[in-house]
Amino acid sequence: MIIAIAWRNVWRHRLRSMVVMLAAALGIFGTLFMIALSNGVVEQKIADSIHNEISHIQIHKPEFLQDNVLQHAMQDAPEISNVAQGIPGIKGVSSRIKTMAMASTASNGAGVIINGIDPETEKLVTGIAGSVIDGTYFEGESRSPQILISRKLAGNLKAKTGSRIVITIQNTDGELIYSLFRVAGIYKTANALFDEPNVFVRRSDLAELTGFDPALSTEIALLLHRTEDTDKTVAMLEEIYPGLSILPWYVIEPTLNMQSGMMDQFSYFLLVIILAAMAFGIVNTMLMSILERTRELGMLMAVGMNKKKVFIMIMLETIFLSGVGALVGIAMSYLTITLTSRNGINFAAWADGFESLGYSALIYPTIYASFYFWLAVLVMITAMFASVFPARKALKLNPAAAIRHEA
Amino acid sequence: MGIIITKDLRKIYSETKVPVYALNGVSVTIEEGEFTSIVGPSGSGKTTLLNMIGGLDNPTEGEVHINGVNVTTLPSGKLIDFRLHHIGFVFQSYNLIPVLTARENVEFIMQLQGVPKKERAARAIELLESVGLSDKIDNRPGDMSGGQQQRVSVARALASKPRFILADEPTANLDSKSTAELLDIMLKMNEKHKTTFIFSTHDQRVMERARRIITIEDGVVAKDEF
Repeated sequence: MIIAIAWRNVWRHRLRSMVVMLAAALGIFGTLFMIALSNGVVEQKIADSIHNEISHIQIHKPEFLQDNVLQHAMQDAPEISNVAQGIPGIKGVSSRIKTMAMASTASNGAGVIINGIDPETEKLVTGIAGSVIDGTYFEGESRSPQILISRKLAGNLKAKTGSRIVITIQNTDGELIYSLFRVAGIYKTANALFDEPNVFVRRSDLAELTGFDPALSTEIALLLHRTEDTDKTVAMLEEIYPGLSILPWYVIEPTLNMQSGMMDQFSYFLLVIILAAMAFGIVNTMLMSILERTRELGMLMAVGMNKKKVFIMIMLETIFLSGVGALVGIAMSYLTITLTSRNGINFAAWADGFESLGYSALIYPTIYASFYFWLAVLVMITAMFASVFPARKALKLNPAAAIRHEA
Repeated sequence: MGIIITKDLRKIYSETKVPVYALNGVSVTIEEGEFTSIVGPSGSGKTTLLNMIGGLDNPTEGEVHINGVNVTTLPSGKLIDFRLHHIGFVFQSYNLIPVLTARENVEFIMQLQGVPKKERAARAIELLESVGLSDKIDNRPGDMSGGQQQRVSVARALASKPRFILADEPTANLDSKSTAELLDIMLKMNEKHKTTFIFSTHDQRVMERARRIITIEDGVVAKDEF
């Protein structure tokens, strides 16, 4: 019956309780949605980086990481590709000839990272083929070798599809050579910082231009089916090729992991603020409720309700008050996050700003299911702590005086 | 030997420069089955005496023995338990739990005592019928008149099967008809079940029905009439 009394007491001042519950619900909804949105931004960034830029794992000669020149090619690249393709969990393998170059048009010039790729195998590893917004992805033949450049670079070079671009590059002997490429397509990923320097050409064209052995590579990129398998696969490859540098995505791009960690900390901080605000609101409401019920509490203690039961009753009221608010907030968050995560929220109006920082303007809010559970647990714990002060206040009442208290 | 014995009870309030003697040596003995009124003008000390007997307040000096137990020496937790099992309370402002129905209010005391659900439900209905509220069993206090609420309060006081019932000005907020009905019910309980009733009152209607009147004036027993 104590549970029934506590529950009904919550609804004695329906409007007041509902205002407190609504405040808790909105606070929790706002917090959860903000966290889901932040998670979405970071996870999207990680996914975009992995699928468009760095892949899950990259293999190089250690020297290549110090100096990106063609001389640091992996001699056993074909074997590594074959072995990697046989490892379970690996979705795609792309062997690249990657080095630095200079791209110039009649109007302008820019330093670029030139990626010599096999267009078909690259499709299995990165989403560049799907990011082409103008022209084609290495389709058909042309008299000049084809090049794929980003919209950002095209703007800088004042180039468009069909334009000619001169690529100046060091050959395998270290001599500077140049060649004419024709822009086959213009691509655009969500990360302008990646787009600006990266250009893509056929590896056969680049090998021919530079005198590079077409069977070799300077970089092998691996895409996995599951990001969670990254460490396991890296360990496996390190065992087979101890002399090579085999790097997981978070080492290649350490800021990704850092952002994820920062976002976690931000979430916890936000959560603590909201729970503290909720606790103060609830303490205030419960104190008011206890003041109003002084005579009733005095009567309960006079007729024989012991302190433990009075304490439990007040704690239950506090838990109900915050619990209902939390449940409504969690339900609102769950529905909103589930609905918006299907199609994402498009911040198209601020797309340029997002992309210049390397983020996608289309955000898919996401949150771990366990987060809802732990939040509910935290709300309960907060409610328990919040009930201590009002309950102590009630227990200090002198029944004889409380019974005669004028409301 | 009486079920309630007070020995030289004194209650002195020293918060002011001049100490106030709310009780100044009250010794009374109340036997089982009595229907007693404690009367006196406002501030005479009758409520203080009732609070001491009910274990709601501690005397500055003296002792209260209930059923042979010196309740003034009981620690707080045991005193609450003692009240639950030995004393029934009826308050001036009824003091029912507003969120519970009449039946639940009566059952609540029995639940605190650990009476099984079926037993307490049956007893609650029986008690409410005995105070003439069989048609108000599922009503909440807010849906009942003052007289009806006070009858629920009597049923609640009886629910714990106490040794005696303390009623602090039980008719102060009631009209004549409700007062008469309430007194009839309490007298019937007293005669039928030998339930001991002790009232504090300055209501003439209650005094007329009481079998013993203890008059308190300035914290001392001025008269004790049977």
